[in-house]
Amino acid sequence: MLVLGIETSCDETAVALYDSEQGLLGHRLYSQVALHAEYGGVVPELAARDHIRKLEPLIGDLMSSTGRKLADLDGIAYTVGPGLSGALLVGASLGRSLAWGLGIPAIGIHHMEGHLLAPMLEADKPDFPFLALLVSGGHTLLADVAGVGDYTILGESLDDAVGEAFDKAAKLLGLGYPGGPAISRAAETGTPGRFDFPRPMTDRPGLDFSYSGLKTFTLTTANNHDLDDQTIADIALAFQDAATDSLVIKCRRAIRKTGHRALVVAGGVGANQSLREKLAVLADEEGARVHFPRPEFCTDNGAMIAHVGCLRLQGGEHDALDVSVRPRWSLEDLRPPGQ
Amino acid sequence: MNEHVVGLPDEQATIQLGSRLADVLVEGLVVYLSGDLGAGKTCLVRGMLQGLGHNGPVKSPTYTLVEDYVLGDSLIYHFDLYRLLDPEELELIGIRDYFNGKACCFVEWPERGKGWLPAPDIEIHIRLKNEGREASLTGLSETGAALVASLKRD
Repeated sequence: MLVLGIETSCDETAVALYDSEQGLLGHRLYSQVALHAEYGGVVPELAARDHIRKLEPLIGDLMSSTGRKLADLDGIAYTVGPGLSGALLVGASLGRSLAWGLGIPAIGIHHMEGHLLAPMLEADKPDFPFLALLVSGGHTLLADVAGVGDYTILGESLDDAVGEAFDKAAKLLGLGYPGGPAISRAAETGTPGRFDFPRPMTDRPGLDFSYSGLKTFTLTTANNHDLDDQTIADIALAFQDAATDSLVIKCRRAIRKTGHRALVVAGGVGANQSLREKLAVLADEEGARVHFPRPEFCTDNGAMIAHVGCLRLQGGEHDALDVSVRPRWSLEDLRPPGQ
Repeated sequence: MNEHVVGLPDEQATIQLGSRLADVLVEGLVVYLSGDLGAGKTCLVRGMLQGLGHNGPVKSPTYTLVEDYVLGDSLIYHFDLYRLLDPEELELIGIRDYFNGKACCFVEWPERGKGWLPAPDIEIHIRLKNEGREASLTGLSETGAALVASLKRD
């Protein structure tokens, strides 16, 4: 079964072709390079919301680069939530109408389910059940993945997402954007132990996260010191240690609580080297394995949507002819394919 | 003078001010929230939502741009325009559907949406003061001025 996947829930316009037998055939993310020229070198981040202009040519490019025709498709999958309704509607309308025109089934997909199952796109797949830590600019979530469509949220951020905290801490320290790499770079020359930041939410039971307090702590510390290069590096290091430690502490608790032996890390913050090293040590100590999908499948992508779409269409699911989106949709409302 | 200044020595005081706002909220109210990163803008909105009976997390809308809450008969939109570089981008996300005269809209970083946002009823500015914060509330419409005056009387 050959499935076209479309992702337009937030900033990225992304498409992919997934085949039930051959796996992923190709994927495309709208290149920022073309936009650069158009906007004279400055790309408003949210110009990426202009999905309408980008989606159709992107699909054309995907089909020609994989040597497939629209007529070869057996189904179309598109993200219908959660996300901004305006952005979601672009992918859903185009996907639903295209499927109708081709006389093939269509299915709306949960964005986060795509992320949770993205590691299954890799050759070295984790076995069910596994734990998934999703850490990005928009999400901080720890989930128990019992199987396809069977998810329990164990913990999530009660305020800021961890990636957002990195961005804002970088801003407070006058470092660049995106904040993750900027903080990591500065932290390399930081003096361990000069500042000790609190580890949010680790002094109480449970698996929820909170990053707003850490942001405020960074602000207060920055305001009370002269921000020379060394002090900036020292604060960056203390911030990074606190932010990653709190993730690692919750992951350890979740491993012990569930007894699962595999931990999957998805989302842009998964690229943080300090976090990777700490999680590797954690896995070692707990006798578990940690999986990191390749970077392009950690962030928003079309492959994860085509993949889940294929699983669900194969399970006999498909959407009615109307175009509808679900901007608010809990991961826990999902069921296994066909049920 | 339609201005009311409140000292906010700690986070609890910010939550408390949010909760008092919840008590006086009216349909279609537009509130601008300004202040530096970490000033407590989202914290104030959290206090307001909890005052209306919301129990779940109040996530920062920095990444999603807007989070919505249905609480009883009230519909609340919590915006964060921090990531906006060009106000016109608001048109692309369908901003006009949100400011519909029914929903209450709380907008962080409103200056980034200049020209595309409706005028506010109330403007709240939070600034750092000593170890804590200080909020100034200004009523900018008839409704807003009446609400600020009623908060001042409490």
